[in-house]
Amino acid sequence: MIEKTGIPPREMVKKEFPKDERVLINPKAIIECYKEIPCNPCETSCPFDAIHVGEDINKRPVIDFDKCTGCGICVFNCPGLAISVMQLKEDKALLKIPYEFIPRPQKDALVNVVNRSGEVITVGLVKRVQEGKKQKQTALLHIEIDRDFIYDAITIEVPHGQ
Amino acid sequence: MERGMYMRHKEAVIIGAGPAGLKAAKSLCEAGASVTIIDRNKDLGGQLTKQTHKFFGSEKQYASVRGIEILKILLNDLLEYGTQCEILNETSVVGLYHDKVIACVKDDKFFKIKAESIIIATGASEKSIPFENNDLPGIYAAGAVQTLMNQYGVKPGDKVLMVGSGNIGLIVSYQLMQAGVEVVKLVEAAPSISGYLVHASKIQRLGVDILTQTSIKRAIGKEQVEKVELWNLDETWQGMEGSEQTLEVDTVCISVGLAPLTELLMQVGAEVMYVRELGGNVPKIDHRYQTTVKGVYACGDVCGIEEASSAMVEGALSGIHAAFDLGYTIDDEKRKVKALKEELKFLRSGPHAAKIRAGYNKLGVMI
Repeated sequence: MIEKTGIPPREMVKKEFPKDERVLINPKAIIECYKEIPCNPCETSCPFDAIHVGEDINKRPVIDFDKCTGCGICVFNCPGLAISVMQLKEDKALLKIPYEFIPRPQKDALVNVVNRSGEVITVGLVKRVQEGKKQKQTALLHIEIDRDFIYDAITIEVPHGQ
Repeated sequence: MERGMYMRHKEAVIIGAGPAGLKAAKSLCEAGASVTIIDRNKDLGGQLTKQTHKFFGSEKQYASVRGIEILKILLNDLLEYGTQCEILNETSVVGLYHDKVIACVKDDKFFKIKAESIIIATGASEKSIPFENNDLPGIYAAGAVQTLMNQYGVKPGDKVLMVGSGNIGLIVSYQLMQAGVEVVKLVEAAPSISGYLVHASKIQRLGVDILTQTSIKRAIGKEQVEKVELWNLDETWQGMEGSEQTLEVDTVCISVGLAPLTELLMQVGAEVMYVRELGGNVPKIDHRYQTTVKGVYACGDVCGIEEASSAMVEGALSGIHAAFDLGYTIDDEKRKVKALKEELKFLRSGPHAAKIRAGYNKLGVMI
């Protein structure tokens, strides 16, 4: 299915999350690199040695949630925009995503949050728009969403054709 | 057209200043050779001039750096060598002869260069597909659209159909959206997406549906594209009558693969061989990137369609070999060659590179 549409089914997505949801009380990187490609910046950019690809850079990355701090450095270094960070905050969740469109959303703005098929599933609140030289023009958006959507929310709707 | 009065003599000439050519130039300069780089465009860099996305690969191939930034690094590396590295931009090579005479045209002036060593890094051109009205204005090759948008800042249209799900089709779709253009659909004739899944997921989550086993049947419009008709393909890749659907678009991007630009290689008398997996006619090179003409080397996409990261490594390697054959001693040559070959091995060992491996196997080259 994913080979035809680019949409990973929910079970596939869930496997990339920590098995125990409580681990997400601290922010953790969720890596959705489902097929082997020759690439390893996630591994080399991680300051905590939490992501392993290995000598053969085609291998899929493996994350050690014990070491991951959810800092988000791998998120803007991943050329495939395949990494996000998820953190649970009581009945809410904080999602950090890479964003490469202009204009950037404003802090405190309400934005439409979409799933992996591109359908709007909920409204999120922009808590922070993180930019920095090291991010090389990939912004990191911190979006607050309802906890119910942690396995579905992946990015925000981009108005196009305007 | 004016004629140059005399023949210029040069040591190493590189034709094509894309990622392969620029890396070859660096290797040659490092070894001490004088280098002349010829490119028909004003801006050097080949495809890098418009690649606004971050690269894959490892740090050695500048992974996670945007193509346009990699270009700055490669050009800066060459600046260090000053006049040892001559650049002839906006120069077309119009003839290449087996005694290594290169016929060039720059500013409407014709001149000849006699080279001791030539590296051909001419890259590739985009393929197209036949369908009714495929010559209507508004129908572009995807790479051309990328040039228009990212290099010249021209918006190609408002509503686009992308044809082809290779990495170029997927990446250009994303870049069209970044430019504020709506990508209405992406169609792929094969049963599955051919580029990296991460690129596909990236556009799918932004609302672009990817339709596999689907192709464009015809374009409709008077002065330019107004609509397209799509249809589904059966297992034998034939269009199925009755499956047609119409979309309103003003632009069609064709991204159905690239073909190596081997004309100069054929002109110089280098043997070429048709290898489908590598994109078409490719030169028969040896493991040192030398063609069947002594002192003429080839590297990058002209040897087979791959990613820019492999082109850079091939360029570096061919430059080392050409320098050695010119009589230069290269510090730590064996270790450098081995390390570069190791890089290539990893870039070509994943499932996406199966075609490349099969292609080189056919060609009889150890990679």
